[in-house]
Amino acid sequence: MMRRYSAWSLVREGLRGHTGWPEAWRKPERPQAAYDAVIVGGGGHGLATAYYLAKLHGMRRVAVLEKGWLGGGNTGRNTTVVRSNYFFPESVALYDFALRLYEGLSRELNYNIMLSQRGMLMVAHSELEMEIAARIVNAMQINGADAELFGRDQVMQKVPLLNDAPDARFPVHGAIWQGRAGVARHDAVAWGYARAASALGVDIVESCEVTGFLVENGRCVGVDTSLGEVRAGAIGLAVAGHSSVLAERAGFRLPIHSYALQAFVSEPVKPMLDTILFSFGTGTYLSQSDKGELVIGGGLDRVPSYGQRGNPPVQEQVISGLLEMLPAVGQLKLLRHWAGIVDVVPDSSPLIGPSPLPGLYLNCGWGTGGFKAIPAGGWLLAHLIATGGHHEISRPFDLARFETGRLIDEAAGAGIAH
Amino acid sequence: MQLFPCPFCGPRPETEFHYGGEAGKVRPEPAEAVSETAWADYLHAQANPKGVSREVWVHLACGEFFVLSRHTVTHEILGAEAMPGREA
Repeated sequence: MMRRYSAWSLVREGLRGHTGWPEAWRKPERPQAAYDAVIVGGGGHGLATAYYLAKLHGMRRVAVLEKGWLGGGNTGRNTTVVRSNYFFPESVALYDFALRLYEGLSRELNYNIMLSQRGMLMVAHSELEMEIAARIVNAMQINGADAELFGRDQVMQKVPLLNDAPDARFPVHGAIWQGRAGVARHDAVAWGYARAASALGVDIVESCEVTGFLVENGRCVGVDTSLGEVRAGAIGLAVAGHSSVLAERAGFRLPIHSYALQAFVSEPVKPMLDTILFSFGTGTYLSQSDKGELVIGGGLDRVPSYGQRGNPPVQEQVISGLLEMLPAVGQLKLLRHWAGIVDVVPDSSPLIGPSPLPGLYLNCGWGTGGFKAIPAGGWLLAHLIATGGHHEISRPFDLARFETGRLIDEAAGAGIAH
Repeated sequence: MQLFPCPFCGPRPETEFHYGGEAGKVRPEPAEAVSETAWADYLHAQANPKGVSREVWVHLACGEFFVLSRHTVTHEILGAEAMPGREA
């Protein structure tokens, strides 16, 4: 049984030298022979799916199969930003649902995900960009998400270090402000879902690679794994950048290109930035972690890739963008730097829905924005697996949109690369 | 900075090149006989291989499109050739 975390348990364990903490989730060494549902991928989306299947749909015979270790893919490789500043109604419905679930998640999971809603500033650098910013703010407000259009003075008040020198390459004209945006502790999201799912009976098996799919009478009835065959009533796929690899094993193709997305962490400094800062001009964004490090991200690498490491051309672009935005950080050293493999779809919106193989359901295509969507992605995939049909939030994101042409083009709408 | 080989200009910095798409896709014809599924498949479905990949790239400096073979994990370049029917 899961023991609840509380202030009292902290005090008690503090006095006992922290010798009494039980393991947070069970670690079965191998999967059982059959389940009601199997989720491929033990990142945030997969673990959330298993949790909601058990919690909301009463399915207790559920397994999560993970090739590596929990949260070791993109869940552990992002910049931890959560927000819902999108353009189209379908996207705001999806991402604001995720944000609302995030807002209650620490309490729901009894696990502190360290959500800090410090707001996000998306800085515009010309009158034309201000018009686009106003358009996005209007769209967000109409769609029911919080958004404000900031003028130059409001922006400089929020981030006094922002480069507004007379010769600045990107002068500050204003910004889109979403106050409910924030950051959350990425590992805690994965671990919190894993602990809560395990307590409801979900088997989480690490070092278990799915190598193929069992198909009988045209329907997917299980998976072949490195630890043997596992049969299942339904199978969910939540493997981000490796979705194409698994799709090929299942016999279909997806509208996905895999790219490396890089992130950087500087040495820690005293508090200097209490919001998330993004620039339309440079494409660079950053926030300051609780430890004082700057967590920096930018655009995709230019080359389709499965190599989980960054490449110099985009490093140079992101860091030069950072120096243009905040010249004061020019002396800082970078401590760490990494890349995750993200699944990029032509319209920069996710794929949620049945796959071409009956019995197999998709949750992928989040591109550079999967972390912020974890609770919604899991919730919606669980709904699909349990009911066999779409929830109204996920229906527009079905694979069928590439045949009907009803794309949800957020690259054009929100002006961000995802 | 990695060097990519242009079949027309020789080795050049990777930033001079732009990714075009998967090589070897054939546009289904005639248009009026192509189903929505086949057209969506042609436009959007990708092999997106983990490993050796044959891709169409354009060298922005000379404007030539060509086929580049590369490994998507190691980023090793395995060869470059002109598009079918075109000589370097």
